[in-house]
Amino acid sequence: MLNSPGESLKERESFEKIQSYFKKSKEKKTSGFLNKILGNNNLGDIIFERLTLLFAVLVFSLVIFMGWEMYSHSVLSIKQFGLNFLVNSTWDPAITQVFGALPMIFGTIVSSLIGLIIAVPLGLSVAVFLSELAPAWLEKPLSFLTELLAGIPSVIYGLWGIFVLVPWLRDVVEPFLQNEFPNSPFFQGAPYGYGMLAAGLILSIMVLPIISSISRDILKSVPDAQREAAYALGATRWEVTKIVLSNARSGLLGAIMLGFGRAIGETMAVTMVIGNRAGISASLFDPSYTMASVLANEFTEATTDLYLNALIELALVLFIITILINMLAHLLVWSTERKWK
Amino acid sequence: MKINEQIDISAIVEENIQPQMASKISVKDLSAFFGKTKVLKNISIELPEKKVVAIIGPSGCGKSTFLRSINRMHEVVGGTITGNIFLDGEDIMKLDPVYLRRKIGMVFQKPNPFPTMSIFNNVVAGLKLNGFRNRKALKEIVEKSLKAAALWDEVKDNLNDSGANISGGQQQRLCIARTIAVNPDVILMDEPASALDPISTAKIEELIFELKKDFTIIIVTHNMQQAARVSDYTAFFYMGELVEYSDTKKMFTAPDKKQTEDYITGRFG
Repeated sequence: MLNSPGESLKERESFEKIQSYFKKSKEKKTSGFLNKILGNNNLGDIIFERLTLLFAVLVFSLVIFMGWEMYSHSVLSIKQFGLNFLVNSTWDPAITQVFGALPMIFGTIVSSLIGLIIAVPLGLSVAVFLSELAPAWLEKPLSFLTELLAGIPSVIYGLWGIFVLVPWLRDVVEPFLQNEFPNSPFFQGAPYGYGMLAAGLILSIMVLPIISSISRDILKSVPDAQREAAYALGATRWEVTKIVLSNARSGLLGAIMLGFGRAIGETMAVTMVIGNRAGISASLFDPSYTMASVLANEFTEATTDLYLNALIELALVLFIITILINMLAHLLVWSTERKWK
Repeated sequence: MKINEQIDISAIVEENIQPQMASKISVKDLSAFFGKTKVLKNISIELPEKKVVAIIGPSGCGKSTFLRSINRMHEVVGGTITGNIFLDGEDIMKLDPVYLRRKIGMVFQKPNPFPTMSIFNNVVAGLKLNGFRNRKALKEIVEKSLKAAALWDEVKDNLNDSGANISGGQQQRLCIARTIAVNPDVILMDEPASALDPISTAKIEELIFELKKDFTIIIVTHNMQQAARVSDYTAFFYMGELVEYSDTKKMFTAPDKKQTEDYITGRFG
């Protein structure tokens, strides 16, 4: 567009002002404290860069170091049991000294899956409501409250589990399920309250805020242009939401995986309600054991070297599974976010 | 603002230039708000059928809001309107917005195909929302719509590719194909070429020329040459008011208002 002569003159003046500002700031830079000492314009930058790099590498090497430490302290058990450690279901520290982690791997994965089966539909619904439907005045406080759930120490969840959840399961839910589905393999055995079901329920409450808050962020990162495109085609609110969800699907999967990672590593609350007995059973009423609970419970009792090595190998397995799941989750979340930039 | 004067202008347009033309959309005393801010002030305008009307004006003058009031997208982002808009004599505020938006399609400034859908599914997205599932008929519609959007030859071999993997100009034509696939009466275009390179822009402009045989088109544009090239009538908006509305040729050669002339000749905006 054409400018009147007066305007272009103004523009030129402001352009000169900007130029002189940059000149000044450049002068300032060369007279900086670090540069005065070092007498070099770029050395400060180089030091800064190397220093931050060092810290970044330090954090990363910490992870490698931990992995290495666990490996080197479990060599005894790795040599003795090999891959059998992962598929053997006997955990007998007392007499035969045979260690197989299968029941704990089973307990960890199944309790986490139960948690997810309950938490995923709830968490996604909360996220859809917060990002797509809730009015602005409701969104903020509700998001805050759901995120608050994530901040409660897990021992408190555990206590709540022992005093509220377990008695309720024992006296109400489990007898009811047993009456309604007498032939279901999932509801067999004495209803103790303590067991897989209690652990799964506690975990579902604990991962709910993670799934819902990350999913909400993912849904919010879907550009409004997508929603408008759908609305302009004559989509209803539900149809618009479907399009938003399909845009965000890999990020949502990532959110679920992060929740899964959290559930797998959860120790205290699960240990307090799962019953702590190594065994593989289809019944949700039966006590079970998770890798994290074994470590918490038995570390102080490990009297022989092999026992200790087996426990550390168990930690290594948990460590690797958690890292893999988190990596996958971050990869998925990152791939959706990148798409929009 | 002298509302009467505007009505007079549009009356002149109807009587003197196109006496036989029918009004597709008739806007009466339309005001639009964001919260308490009035962004459109008492607009009255007649938009003729199967013509291209360009809306020009500086940024923030309410062009886009005007466009988005017509298909009730303004209320999706929390805005409100007063006054009336009639589509074929029916008050749009009394129509179901979902139905209305199927009659009045919209093309946006930035191409926004659905990235998770193939080109084929992008074109029929609106039809599928309507519950249309006949595969054979869908194929025909896809071909027809892509041809109408001048995109068929470029994508006919990759209909199953993602709608996000083609160039920006192709994406925009895909969005146009998606809009015409549901066979609306009116197409609203909100600066459809402003994010595109000159060649893609030229293609879109040619396309608009073709499309007006079948559709009533209302196009918001920053580019006055574009308005002059593609439109039959031009409306100039300034500060939320309709300053002038007349035949495009007249608007760009002998505008009635000083403000219009200043804007068109580039003295402000």
